[in-house]
Amino acid sequence: MSNGNHQLHTLVVRVENKAGVLARVAGLFARRGFNIDSLAVAPVVDESFSRITIVVDVESAPLEQIVKQLHKLVNVLDIVELSPTEAVERELMVITVRSDAIDELKALTQEFHATWLDDRSGQAMISISSFPARVEEFEERLKPYGIVELQRSGKIALHRLPD
Amino acid sequence: MSTTGTKGSATYGGQALMNALEREGVEVVFGLPGGAILPVYDPLIDSSIRHILVRHEQGAGHMAEGYAHATGKPGVAMVTSGPAATNIVTPLCDAYLDSVPMVAITGQVPYAAIGTDAFQECDTTGITMSVTKHNFLVTEAADIPQVIHDAFHLATTGRPGPVLVDIPKDIVDPGNPHSALTDYVPTGHDLPGYTVLPDPDPEGIREAIQMILAAERPVIYAGGGILKARGADALRALAELTDIHVVTTLMCRGGFPDDHPLALGMPGMHGTYSAVTAMQEADLLIAIGARFDDRVTGKLEGFAPHAAVIHIDIDAAELNKVRHANVAIQADARLATEALIEGLTLAGAPESQADRSAWKSRVSGWLEKFPLTYDKHVAGEALKPQHVLETLRDNAPEDTIVCSGVGQHQMWASQFWRFNHPYTWINSGGLGTMGFSIPAAIGAKVGQPDRMVWAIDGDGCFQMTAQELVTATVENIPIKVAILNNSYLGMVRQWQEMFYDERYSEVFLSKNVPDYKMWAEAMGCFALRVDDPDEVEAAVQQANEIDDRPVVIDFRTDAAEKVFPMVPSGASNSEVMVHPSQAAGPA
Ligand SMILES: Cc1ncc(C[n+]2csc(CCOP(=O)(O)OP(=O)(O)O)c2C)c(N)n1
Ligand SMILES: [Mg+2]
Repeated sequence: MSNGNHQLHTLVVRVENKAGVLARVAGLFARRGFNIDSLAVAPVVDESFSRITIVVDVESAPLEQIVKQLHKLVNVLDIVELSPTEAVERELMVITVRSDAIDELKALTQEFHATWLDDRSGQAMISISSFPARVEEFEERLKPYGIVELQRSGKIALHRLPD
Repeated sequence: MSTTGTKGSATYGGQALMNALEREGVEVVFGLPGGAILPVYDPLIDSSIRHILVRHEQGAGHMAEGYAHATGKPGVAMVTSGPAATNIVTPLCDAYLDSVPMVAITGQVPYAAIGTDAFQECDTTGITMSVTKHNFLVTEAADIPQVIHDAFHLATTGRPGPVLVDIPKDIVDPGNPHSALTDYVPTGHDLPGYTVLPDPDPEGIREAIQMILAAERPVIYAGGGILKARGADALRALAELTDIHVVTTLMCRGGFPDDHPLALGMPGMHGTYSAVTAMQEADLLIAIGARFDDRVTGKLEGFAPHAAVIHIDIDAAELNKVRHANVAIQADARLATEALIEGLTLAGAPESQADRSAWKSRVSGWLEKFPLTYDKHVAGEALKPQHVLETLRDNAPEDTIVCSGVGQHQMWASQFWRFNHPYTWINSGGLGTMGFSIPAAIGAKVGQPDRMVWAIDGDGCFQMTAQELVTATVENIPIKVAILNNSYLGMVRQWQEMFYDERYSEVFLSKNVPDYKMWAEAMGCFALRVDDPDEVEAAVQQANEIDDRPVVIDFRTDAAEKVFPMVPSGASNSEVMVHPSQAAGPA
């Protein structure tokens, strides 16, 4: 994923689904000075485990050190680094913009295969689910209309299907 | 949580906890009771486990550490919730940084009250998350046997460390229905994310062997991992097979005999000239169970600039963390060392090794020219701390255990004692915890009751944990304490003298207060005060005769004495400053 001058890597961390595990992971990043760019977490099919997708900024520390320290957490089962070429990446964004130019906004929504959720009181609400660079681009394109509020989910990723 | 295993009888959480501790082979627990842990102290009365009642929970933690250092078995501390749990945070952090196997059990408010700011509630697992290898908040009585089994497994395997188990009161209290369970013996572990290490990677060992054979200026850099792995014999065999010199870090003193011809002593900020310089000039560092701590490396860019590195550590995260390793082997220090010995023997060592005669004569030259030294005392003036240490050393039985606090006295003890046996030196390396020595000495003496145990303490340190001498007297644990009393926070004073233009800020304690002799006597100890250099030996001999109670000697030492050699903080190790009498200096 290209994001300015940052060196971002995606780690998929499988953990035990227990109280406090997210605090352990977040605490490790905080106390070792590793930077998190985004983080998404939810249980997997077997509810005793969760999958955390972390986008880390390796400017702050070598990836090798981040991975090894994560491995030392007793509740961490395994860690996979997913490069963009071997992964399908998705991010969700919900965004509220000023809707003065509503026709242009609707056209943009179509162009990006985004979803028009609502419009009233001079504001429109749109959601998009796409690969992160595309979400980024959509946000950029909406900026001139006046963003009121937005939330991005952080990236999630899975291995591509085998050939 | 799995509750598999042999089923036992119906019981309650407090009793199940005692049963679990007994199953782990726990012989002694250091602790102090209170509200939340009360239900566990009741079944303790009928248990085979000895309990040492401390005067402050920090003491319990350091005693557990001292016990673990001296015996290799995990130390156990048990305290109540809230302030007691926070009092044990320092020892947990100490044990974490020095990889000491320890299990701490803390009481917690009833599960339903957690999060309500209940009386003596604190977020113990939250607070200790970053200073433990792992911690548990037990939520159900039925989990107690499994969690205790897992806690001891974590504390003692892989890279050892402290594990905390926080137990809400309701699940141990027989008066509460939540405490009911059918006891069981866990058969395995419920730790799907924790794997114990495979054997050393043969490929790494092969590469390491080639580097060792080819090296012209190799040095073995032995760290605390050697002792944790019970690897001192293997280390010695490796050094003798290859005829390579050994430096022993602060955490590995005793891991290689100081009297051995290949011993260079301690490296680092206050290491011997020979150890520091041999590492600087080496073409190969064989780091075993050591972690390139900044107190060893000095300024990293200037550290051992010509050396390739073989790094063996059980913790993968230590490999390539500080210094790039040409060969990195994640392994138990003893197993990897034995694999090296086997491979080197097959490869024809020592005959097949490079010629190292030039290097060996350089090292001998340093050893001869820059031994540890100090100015001998002048009649009528204060004692030299190094002289006190030499006298203690020369009068102590060979297998005496030495514990120290943190400061100048610690460095002098590490330098001037001759450590010839593993597990005879116990100190706080990574955290540098003032007040460590007295409780650690008590723990060591409990673990090794037949050995003489000397705590070498500073006057500043003594005042942080002296109350545990009451514990020692009452529990009949006859340790000996030598206070190297310079009336100062001496190590800080040394830095202010050398790097802050002798501007002394808040380092003077007091010349006469407290009266250590009276204080020690009030705590039930035999006590002496020694001002005169000619009385040092007689006092030490008298102390060594006493074995029915703790002994404290207040040695009045020279406050102006400094620790040498010294690498100034932030400087390269090549800028090591030797004792002024040797300063004419190295080439
Ligand atoms: C708990 C704690 N507080 C502060 C320090 C900082 N410190 C390191 S050595 C030292 C002086 C220790 O004084 P003393 O025990 O008298 O030993 P000396 O250096 O005089 O031998 C201090 C304050 C520390 N290491 N630990
Ligand atoms: Mg002092």
